[in-house]
Amino acid sequence: MVTLNQLIAVCLVYVAGLFVVAFLAERAALRGKGSWLLRSPLVYTLSLSIYCTAWTFYGAVGYAARSGLEYITIYLGPSLVMIGWWWVLRRLVRIGRTQRVTSLADLVSARFGKSNLLAVMITIMAVVGVTPYIALQLQSVTLSVSIFASAETGLGEVAQTNDTAAFWVAAGLAVFTVLFGTRNLNVNERHHGVVIAVAVEAVVKLIALLAVGAFVVWGIAGGVAETVARIDASPIGTWQTSGSRWTALIVVSAAAFVCLPRMFQVMVVENDDERHLQIASWAFPLYLMAISLFVVPIAVIGLELMPAGSNPDLYVLTVPLSQGQNGLAMLAFLGGFSSATSMVIVATLALSTMMSNHIVMPLWLQLSNTGAQQSGDVRGVVIRARRLSILMIITLGYLYYRASGGSGALAAIGLISFGGVAQFLPALLGGIFWRGSTRTGAIAGLSIGFVIWMFTMLLPSFGPDGALPAVIFTDGLFGWSALRPEALFGIAGIDPTVHAVWWSLSLNALVFFVVSIFSFPTPLERLQGAQFVNVFNTSRGPAGGWVASEGGAEDLMVMSQRILGATEAQSFFAQHAERQGRSSSTPLPTSEFVQALERELAASVGAATASAMIGQIIGGQAISVQDLMAVADESAQILEYSSQLEVKSRELTETAQELGHANKKLTQLSHQKDDFLSQISHELRTPMTSIRAFSEILRDIEGLSEAEQKRYASIIHSETIRLTRLLDDLLDLSVLENGRVSLNAQRVNLHDVIERAVITAQASGGGSLKVERSPQGEDIALLTDGDRLAQVFINIVTNAMKYCDAEAAVLTIAVRQQEDEVIIGFSDNGSGIPPDAQNLIFEKFARLNKSEASGAGLGLAICREIIARLGGDISYVEQTHGGRFDVRLPRTATFAKPRQAHSA
Amino acid sequence: MPDTRLFLERHSYRRRRIMDAVRMLPLLCTLLWLVLPTMWPNTAEEGAQTALSVAIWYLFVVWILAITASFALWRRVRHHDEADGPLEEATDG
Repeated sequence: MVTLNQLIAVCLVYVAGLFVVAFLAERAALRGKGSWLLRSPLVYTLSLSIYCTAWTFYGAVGYAARSGLEYITIYLGPSLVMIGWWWVLRRLVRIGRTQRVTSLADLVSARFGKSNLLAVMITIMAVVGVTPYIALQLQSVTLSVSIFASAETGLGEVAQTNDTAAFWVAAGLAVFTVLFGTRNLNVNERHHGVVIAVAVEAVVKLIALLAVGAFVVWGIAGGVAETVARIDASPIGTWQTSGSRWTALIVVSAAAFVCLPRMFQVMVVENDDERHLQIASWAFPLYLMAISLFVVPIAVIGLELMPAGSNPDLYVLTVPLSQGQNGLAMLAFLGGFSSATSMVIVATLALSTMMSNHIVMPLWLQLSNTGAQQSGDVRGVVIRARRLSILMIITLGYLYYRASGGSGALAAIGLISFGGVAQFLPALLGGIFWRGSTRTGAIAGLSIGFVIWMFTMLLPSFGPDGALPAVIFTDGLFGWSALRPEALFGIAGIDPTVHAVWWSLSLNALVFFVVSIFSFPTPLERLQGAQFVNVFNTSRGPAGGWVASEGGAEDLMVMSQRILGATEAQSFFAQHAERQGRSSSTPLPTSEFVQALERELAASVGAATASAMIGQIIGGQAISVQDLMAVADESAQILEYSSQLEVKSRELTETAQELGHANKKLTQLSHQKDDFLSQISHELRTPMTSIRAFSEILRDIEGLSEAEQKRYASIIHSETIRLTRLLDDLLDLSVLENGRVSLNAQRVNLHDVIERAVITAQASGGGSLKVERSPQGEDIALLTDGDRLAQVFINIVTNAMKYCDAEAAVLTIAVRQQEDEVIIGFSDNGSGIPPDAQNLIFEKFARLNKSEASGAGLGLAICREIIARLGGDISYVEQTHGGRFDVRLPRTATFAKPRQAHSA
Repeated sequence: MPDTRLFLERHSYRRRRIMDAVRMLPLLCTLLWLVLPTMWPNTAEEGAQTALSVAIWYLFVVWILAITASFALWRRVRHHDEADGPLEEATDG
């Protein structure tokens, strides 16, 4: 006989083993090792086996002992769904991956416009639906412990042992789930520890059940043929299942397989590779077939061997024990323990994600008025919320177990749970297949389905005068006979399970459909709907987005760091900045970027919360004008056409603008030309007038003295010289501007050029000027046109002589070198050029002092052209005392092209 | 659809027929599992009764055949995937 202490010791060793396996898997995953196993289709398929809970392990045999082959519907439904992976699961998995879905509630709420109300409803319904199921697992473990305990101590202490066992099992599961389930915040990252532990448990329960089955068939019955004979001879030896129950149970189990939060968690959220799904499409039905293979033989042999009144739910344990197979019984116990624990862990994990993302986080966001931008780490809050939710859910399960007193057949509790979660099916399928489904429709359908389920399935399960007074069973709610929980609308005589499943699911679907048809979705719903339904249509770009013009990237960064963690957030931002081709590490908050960020955040806190948080920062709508237009006009073709038109019209506008610019420029040039001509005419007329006047005097007036004649002739001469100089300058400038000037690059010494310029300028007279120079600094070899350069210097020095208003005029020529450039600065001690004239001095005919008509005002314009052609640049720099002309020259001149369209 | 070719070459044609089979298999299973057993006489009715062993044989044989078919289809799809890359939304071609 196995003692209770032995049992506990084996259990503890087994649990310790699981902890070690989970820990090793987490560590391997962290180091990037072992992905061949952690991310393999085998582990994926095995993790799906959390569908087979203790309800399967113990309950299926009990179910078979009570109702024959009916138990098999619970496995045929999921097999159908898996074999039909192409229809629903493929779509779900793809949506889950593209939308970074964290749970079933997240998916449905995201589909219906990121509605948190919907998410909260589904979360609450899931908790209500799954809590009995968790209680069921605790009950199965305590029942199995009680088998060993009663054999050892007698029945008196069983009840107390039960409660203690249930408590410790619940506590242990809570610790495991908290440890391995809340390691990382991003639910999209697989919980490798949990998944691998679940996979190990899947193997253990399968082996245990197969071992017991093999023992029963070959050890007790004596072979396959004998087993078949015994089956047909047994009380359940004929086909007894009613067609309606058969159909209803297959439908509800298929629905539950998709809608159970824990199944959604392993199938969609923890999915690593879509191809695994197709492998699971044959591998998981194989697992289900294997696990249900020996159920009937065990039930039949159990009915034969065990005394009347013994619990058929425990035949898996009691049959080996009655045959003295203690080792086998121990293995069976471990199998049942595995089924129970793996289910509780994953179910709790899935539910806690839903609770923290859809209930705790939104509340926290509302309560902390400062919103998402305040400092501090949100990750701590999320993880704490998740841990708290885990503890809460397991506590709820434990309390339900205590309250229900652990009574009732396992199968009944399981079916109630299935019926509850199956209510998500219409909204889920409608959401992923039908773009016309709306949020209002989903809410209405879910509410109706949930209420009917409560009224016809959950509450009656506590028996007459349990949760509902017996009078309601006989007379109906409010005394209306149409509202009897087992005979809605007065139609009595249907099997209660079929009745509940039929009415709740059909009315749920009908209300969902009708309300959807008559309501109108919001733009966000329509965008999300299009994205979900067309998830395989890759040619369509992602719809939806943020108008992010106001959102500061900095604020987004601060918030993301608090949710994703500093390193992750920074690398995410840097990656997107790079994709946008920006040099800094902060990307522009474009619609695409914010959308990507929202998805990233949604993987941690759920779509609705992520949307709300980003909304707080950006303050804008989640929909851009383009999106609204896309919604308003859904025809992709018309959209395409209109966008083409838009491009065309934009091109036309651009061309028109360019033409306008060109026209403006031409007008400007024409004005410049006019100005230039009138300037020249003016400049030419002044000396011409005086030449004409004095030549007339010489011609017409008799008796001029020789001195007078000489004076007038010399005036005419000097005016002619001025004219010639003006024409020379004009020619020079025009040659320079048209680029027809030939520059002779020669090796010159800067010192020589300056020397020549200063001497020439001083020789021309026109005032005394002291020139200060530093011969050492000037000793620089240049490759340039020395004559032209000298011309520039002469002009500058002459200007200084002419315009320097200091009493003792001093011109300082300083030469500096800067990398490959030489800067020659000419500064005098005069008052400098008035600021308003500074940007004019390089223009043609610009003269500082109009009255002093000593020059044509072309000198500096010519200088600028020459220097530009020599590859340098001349500028006037204002100093505290006077001004300075800086001539920058490259050491080796690369003669530049003439400047085009030279501004006036 | 940008790709409006009416006929496909043999390889793609074969591949699409396999996807047709993938889609049809669950419908066939539904027929065999969900519809047929409801027509069997149960103990509530008069006349011939189905022995439980017969029912078990029937259900499990269908199960094994369905798994085998699903497995075979997976092998073919994988073969085609390796040759052409995964197929997105298949058209009727």
